[in-house]
Amino acid sequence: MNFRRSRTASRIRHDATKPLLSVEDLSLEFRTRSGTVRALENVSLEVGKGETVGIVGESGSGKSVLAYAILRILDPAARITSGSVSFGGLDVLAASEATLQEVRGREAAMIFQSARTALNPIRRVGAQIEDVLIAHTTTLQAELRKKAVECLAQVRIPDPERRSDAYPFELSGGQCQRVMIALALACNPQLLIADEPTTGLDVTTQAAIMDLVRELARERQMATIFITHDLALASEYCDRIVVMHAGHVVEVAPTRELFSRPCHPYTARLIASTPTREGSIASLSTIPGNLPDLRRADLPKCRFHARCERATEECVRDAAPAVTLGGGHSAYCFHPLGVS
Amino acid sequence: MNLLDCVDLRKHFPVGGGSWLASAGGRRRAMLHAVDDVTFSIGKGESVGLVGESGCGKSTLVRLITRMLDLTAGDIVFDGRNIGYIPARLFPQSPFRPKIQMVFQDPTDSLNPRHTAFDTIAEPLKRLARVTEREELARRVMDAADKVGLPPELLPRYPHQLSGGQKARVGIARAVSMSPALLVLDEPTAALDVSVQATILKLLADLKSRLGMSYLFVSHDLNVVRMLCDRVIVMYLGRIVEQGPTETLFRSPAHPYTQALVKSIPVICGHPDEREVLAGEPQSPINPDPKVCRFFGRCPRQRDRCRTEEPGLREIRPGHEAACHFA
Repeated sequence: MNFRRSRTASRIRHDATKPLLSVEDLSLEFRTRSGTVRALENVSLEVGKGETVGIVGESGSGKSVLAYAILRILDPAARITSGSVSFGGLDVLAASEATLQEVRGREAAMIFQSARTALNPIRRVGAQIEDVLIAHTTTLQAELRKKAVECLAQVRIPDPERRSDAYPFELSGGQCQRVMIALALACNPQLLIADEPTTGLDVTTQAAIMDLVRELARERQMATIFITHDLALASEYCDRIVVMHAGHVVEVAPTRELFSRPCHPYTARLIASTPTREGSIASLSTIPGNLPDLRRADLPKCRFHARCERATEECVRDAAPAVTLGGGHSAYCFHPLGVS
Repeated sequence: MNLLDCVDLRKHFPVGGGSWLASAGGRRRAMLHAVDDVTFSIGKGESVGLVGESGCGKSTLVRLITRMLDLTAGDIVFDGRNIGYIPARLFPQSPFRPKIQMVFQDPTDSLNPRHTAFDTIAEPLKRLARVTEREELARRVMDAADKVGLPPELLPRYPHQLSGGQKARVGIARAVSMSPALLVLDEPTAALDVSVQATILKLLADLKSRLGMSYLFVSHDLNVVRMLCDRVIVMYLGRIVEQGPTETLFRSPAHPYTQALVKSIPVICGHPDEREVLAGEPQSPINPDPKVCRFFGRCPRQRDRCRTEEPGLREIRPGHEAACHFA
């Protein structure tokens, strides 16, 4: 493995007065043969040190695109058309690729949906962790293995000494996800982006993995962005939740507030369509229609327009105003719920 | 009479190298016990949920019941006839084949990308019901599409031109086109968004009451199982560890594994701190010790007895069984 070992000081400075990550008015589009997909439009997001923020929404709502854009991991067809991303004082959109290479993995790490496919199938898991240590830290050659085993022990893999010699296929799905977390946390990042980390795992394993991530995040004062489509799961682990629909942020609120007083009609529908412990099938709400085609030139200003029972003419014409309810709760809608 | 009775169903897979010489030489061949002595029944019009973690044998059990896999031992009595003896290879020709239909997990992967929705729904009609006349075929495809609320104008479309929910409907239409007595659903909503999941769940509940089918609903989303099923079977490492009526099982789970499972369901604004997480990994399913409880090593309630005597299923209240010494 030929990774350049960087010995430079951290690119990230922590300024206590500012949030660790702030995304402002970010718009991103994909130029494809069948038209321009406006995947993100004027998206803003702030994540403070040690905070856990959930991004929820249906598939195609732009959750993952946003997460990748934060680290400027972009498809060649993607263009950022406006906005800024500031991560610990670093202007991510203007930074050089070399700087970003250092930041990714060291200051901000990601864990992905299917751990088994994200890991290198033909390399022992211990060696994969060593690769990260070589690339991003100044760990001495002689201590690499010991350090890698420590990383595995931290994510509570039983018998880490022996398991570090295992290949991903020899481990269970939950174990692979633990290895992935070990990889992500090997360099003590300040920000962890978890993209649906428990999809495809059993509920019992899911609970164990989520508890682990939360505990490690608390221990290290690490900020976490947690992307999921499972509202109930997000509600259990996040301090704040950002609801996305078709490339727009439609509502941001502290978790309890969001569930007790959803303001945007989409959020309310989403909550009502989540199966609960008590409800019956008859009480499940559905959301009519689908996400709009983001290639359309005549996209209504509110992209939820066609699916919303409260929609009026102005929703098509004008950008939805921000409704602020205090305590960090805001939504973008002409006809918010529960506001007179 | 029950629609389906499975009695002492067993499926063991040989694993690892080991030629016949090795086994002839008296060495015990390594066997993976995917399904071990599983006994349960499904009544007419009943919907039964099957839950358990990955690797517990859910999918193997489903493949045995749908006769895609030959049994190692046991009986599958379907509609009064033992279909366990029919080799999987010959089952497609059996008169029972149209009566058991399946809806697969991922609606994208389980549809042929080069077949239109019409072709997909017509396939079982052509092969199993031997419908050859063009008009008759079109009528029955339209009929199936109508049952699942798929607009007829979508029928000429290919899977990539359909949304996730529409693809799920095509998969269900394909299965109900034969008016099956038993519909096996393997995580039918796992790949769908909650908004779409809700519509598909409503559709399934509605179809069941209209067409009077029995469901075997495999899922690891317990909230979904609770909403749709009359009875629930919980599997762990090849064995049924608990079965009972849905409400009872969720209100007062008896087996420690079921208890952990129920506690792990995320709830809106729940407190994850209050639950104990199931520690450790399951035992190996290869040549398990017949004297040890399969849940031993992960069980918060384990005692010495669990290591010397494997608990069998026993009734703890009418219709509710659990395999635990201390239930």
